[in-house]
Amino acid sequence: MIRFENVSFRYGASPVLKNVSFHVNPGETVVVFGVSGSGKSTILKLVSGLIRPESGRVIVNGQDMTDASESEWQRIRPKVGFVFQGGALFDSMTVGENVGYYLLEHTDKSLAEIEAVVRETLRFMNLSEDLIDLLPDSLSGGMQRRVAIGRAVAAVDPLIMLYDEPTTGLDPISTKAISEMILKLRDVKKVSSIVVTHEIADAFEVTDHFVVLYDGEIVFDGRGAEMLKCPNPHVCEFLTPFLDSVRALPQA
Amino acid sequence: MALLNILKRFAWDTQELAKYSLKLFKRLFTRPFYFVETVEQMYYLGVGSLFLVVLTGTFAGQGLALQFSIELADFGSKNYLGRVMMISIVRELGPVLTGLMVAARVAAGITAELGSMKSSEQIDALTAFGVDPIRKLAVPRFWALFVMLPVLTIVCDFVAIVGGYIIAIYIAHISGSAYWTNVIHKLTLGNIIVGIVKPFIYAVVISTISTHMGFSTEGGTKGVGRSTTDSVVACSITILFVNFMFTRLISPLLKGIM
Repeated sequence: MIRFENVSFRYGASPVLKNVSFHVNPGETVVVFGVSGSGKSTILKLVSGLIRPESGRVIVNGQDMTDASESEWQRIRPKVGFVFQGGALFDSMTVGENVGYYLLEHTDKSLAEIEAVVRETLRFMNLSEDLIDLLPDSLSGGMQRRVAIGRAVAAVDPLIMLYDEPTTGLDPISTKAISEMILKLRDVKKVSSIVVTHEIADAFEVTDHFVVLYDGEIVFDGRGAEMLKCPNPHVCEFLTPFLDSVRALPQA
Repeated sequence: MALLNILKRFAWDTQELAKYSLKLFKRLFTRPFYFVETVEQMYYLGVGSLFLVVLTGTFAGQGLALQFSIELADFGSKNYLGRVMMISIVRELGPVLTGLMVAARVAAGITAELGSMKSSEQIDALTAFGVDPIRKLAVPRFWALFVMLPVLTIVCDFVAIVGGYIIAIYIAHISGSAYWTNVIHKLTLGNIIVGIVKPFIYAVVISTISTHMGFSTEGGTKGVGRSTTDSVVACSITILFVNFMFTRLISPLLKGIM
């Protein structure tokens, strides 16, 4: 579904990704770990075509998008839902307008039809339909993230979901709700997902396939049980503070 | 060395602005066109600046009339106040003053808004939803300013000349008919062309620079503040520079009809 082959990328003079290769199978969720600045979010931006790789190949939904034109990206983007860090909801629009944004912008559906889709999406996300006329500012952080996920899935039925730190800074209840949403989308809509996070305990709730980035390079790509054996000093350093809490978790 | 770095930075910024301008101009006449957003921006940028422009024009016109009436009285030419007011306001003061006031209000607003959207990833979200941010956010602001700035300039010219009239009547003690006869005498095609073409150019300057600064904002809230300040400074300086170049190069060509 998604494949990175020796992908490198740099911002200005500083390399961010160095020969990164990994893949995500259809219907699979992969969590990308790494400390801040290790290049996690860059991977998501490459998958959605917001930036282009310096070298290597990026394959999305079986299509080589490395040198794709903007119009080719426009065709594939409706299949890719992106939940940005902090939600990135349009703050001048209501919750309803945010969730129905893609439909308003790209389809000929009537306002009544769009409202029906928005209400259905809010229900799917376990959010009250009363939120429809509120501005994002008046929602809690957890609700904003769920609306952001709703906005991404309301567009069309996405094949791929990209989550950029979806649970960072949220309380345990909101975190659990977001993790449940990610699982629900995987199970109900059969989407392939990449979840970028440094919240290790939350990550084990949603998958058993992990990729660990360190300084722009992949230092681990495998199952959770293997990762917990600390196969690499950088992985070990990253995991050590959380090992006890992670081992106590049931596997996803 | 520091000077060389400043020059390099200036060259880089100019190149980026030129590349962005090209992208913007290519999208001005192609679909999709966001009509509702354009009308909204015309209201916000144009109607919202009306009060500011009326106040500025009135006080600037009165100040100018006061100064000119004192100087002209020394030569016994007080009756020519209307003529001098017309030339200075329509050709120079009206367009420049309106351009600068709108730059201060509107350029700051546009850059801050787009800069905040950039730092909260709303611009990336637009792209991820298959929407071209330049087309959606910059083009409506361009057309809104392109339509509204000339209108605001005409309003500014009018209230400045009326402000001059009040000074002429009550302080300089010039008859109203003498003032208006001289004003109309200098309402020539050349002066009108000069006065009306400038705001179109300033609209291009303000919309291009302010949206570019917004889109290229980096560094969170501090970056938004820096971009906003830079945007107002760059717009103001460019307006003054373009005004000088226009007066130097174009005005002589219109001399016959001024």
